[in-house]
Amino acid sequence: MQIYLPIAEVAVNALTLIGLGGIVGLMSGLFGVGGGFLITPLLFFIGIPPAIAVATGANQVVASSFSGVLAHVKRKTVDFRMGWVLLAGGLVGSSAGVLLFNMLSRLGQVDLVVQLCYVIFLGLIGAMMLQESLRALHRSRRSGPIKPMRRHQHGWVHKWPMKMKFRASGLYISSIPVLMVGAAVGVLAAIMGVGGGFIMVPAMIYLLGMPTKVVIGTSLFQITFLSAYTTLMHAVSSNTVDVMLAVLLIVGGVTGAQIGTHLGARLRAEQLRILLALLVLAVCGKLALDLFLPPDELYSVTVGILR
Amino acid sequence: MIRRVLSPLFALILLALPLKAQAPAPAAEQIVAGLSRDDVDITTSFDGSEIIIYGAIKRETPIPSGKPLEVIVTLEGPVQALTVRHKERRLGVWVNTGRVSIGAAPSFYVVTTTRPLHQILPPAEDQRHRISIPLAMRAFSGPMEVEDAVPYTEALIRLRHAADVYRLDDGAVHLAEQTLFRADVRLPANLVEGIYSTRIFLLRDGMVMDTFRAPIEVRKVGLERWLYRLALEKPFIYGIMSLAIAVAAGWGASAAFRLVKRA
Repeated sequence: MQIYLPIAEVAVNALTLIGLGGIVGLMSGLFGVGGGFLITPLLFFIGIPPAIAVATGANQVVASSFSGVLAHVKRKTVDFRMGWVLLAGGLVGSSAGVLLFNMLSRLGQVDLVVQLCYVIFLGLIGAMMLQESLRALHRSRRSGPIKPMRRHQHGWVHKWPMKMKFRASGLYISSIPVLMVGAAVGVLAAIMGVGGGFIMVPAMIYLLGMPTKVVIGTSLFQITFLSAYTTLMHAVSSNTVDVMLAVLLIVGGVTGAQIGTHLGARLRAEQLRILLALLVLAVCGKLALDLFLPPDELYSVTVGILR
Repeated sequence: MIRRVLSPLFALILLALPLKAQAPAPAAEQIVAGLSRDDVDITTSFDGSEIIIYGAIKRETPIPSGKPLEVIVTLEGPVQALTVRHKERRLGVWVNTGRVSIGAAPSFYVVTTTRPLHQILPPAEDQRHRISIPLAMRAFSGPMEVEDAVPYTEALIRLRHAADVYRLDDGAVHLAEQTLFRADVRLPANLVEGIYSTRIFLLRDGMVMDTFRAPIEVRKVGLERWLYRLALEKPFIYGIMSLAIAVAAGWGASAAFRLVKRA
């Protein structure tokens, strides 16, 4: 069933788009990532112009992460307070990221920077998560019951001022590192054109020491707002949100997100993290190959004059 | 002696005069043409279209003997500015190194002919009327950053061929009795909105005898048009609407799943 997209000005198969949204939604519900790092390359692949893929991807992320958040709110696995503080940092970071992105495109080579960002961050995070979760899984198998993780490690993060109580996470830490994590993820998210969940989730676990139980819900909560902000920015500044494309992706996406959330409740945290790590590494590997292998076609055409 | 030199010159001037003065020169053979449609509506379910360009040759005298008549029909979409970039290996990584900006290249271009284009159209006539695909790309823009732009334009043509938006259909114009002709042009699904122009060239012995032009309007209609206008004219409202749809869909799915689980 072909459908013509009014903004992208291409005709695509509606069922392909719904299926694509479904897969990404499933990831979103399962892992608490928005799925932007998957949806954007997949949309390129089916012939959607890059600028439209990035902006519309953000719109679809709003729907799937909102649907995920609702499911997590029901299960009381969202730390709202943490979410708001992260979001405050995220909005600042995202605005700065957009400025940085524009600066990079004036210098040229923005594609390369984005691609390198993807490869480096996905590679690092994927490897770290895989190693950590494999070790955790191994430990839990060998010694039967899982040893309670020492969460109250008083590191440098705990000496800073402006302490806040995050009851749902069981944390009493300074809000400065939380804001910093939010801002750093916001910058990267804006440059890479994604929600930033795949960076946010490990940052919450490893840097802030939040329990895995509330990480996914809280990450989704923050991503919902951040990607809504990004969508609006794209719609106003460059008219690149294709609502028809978004609706098709959303129909698949929200369904996938619900299935993913319920599936996620049945899997163990370590298994979930191994799966996410493998997924992140797979995407990283694909992008790295694109950078290092000789491409089939050395030339590419973009509509518009690049400054 | 002088007369011998001047007379061909006079003949030339006489030939050139009607052209210069734009007087209605009664060409021996003229095109009378029509289109199966002069507009194409892009609806939500738009999946390409077909246009039939047909016509006849009007002449007061009998069909001249000698080389047969040839017809070239072109269909050209609205022009766009483009950037063509080239990748090279730097430090083991493939990066964009060179780029060429093209000020105006048609978003869609099809040439259909009665016989292979290079056999019926000499380069001089091609230059004058800009018929063949390489000549349809018009202007470079901005300072040249590369030494040789030719590989870039070749790549552009190659990529657009692959995307099926540039096409050369040799022999796709059917000409009957040197009088009636017909060309079927297929429009792809990924059309850009705007005015498309059809050109018909009548050739005899490598000379363009007559030309005919007609516009075809390609436009979005209904929901497509409404969304497109809203996105361009009221982007903030459009953005809010997109978000509202996303949030409503997210909530709807969540509510639906709760019902399913309870049932």
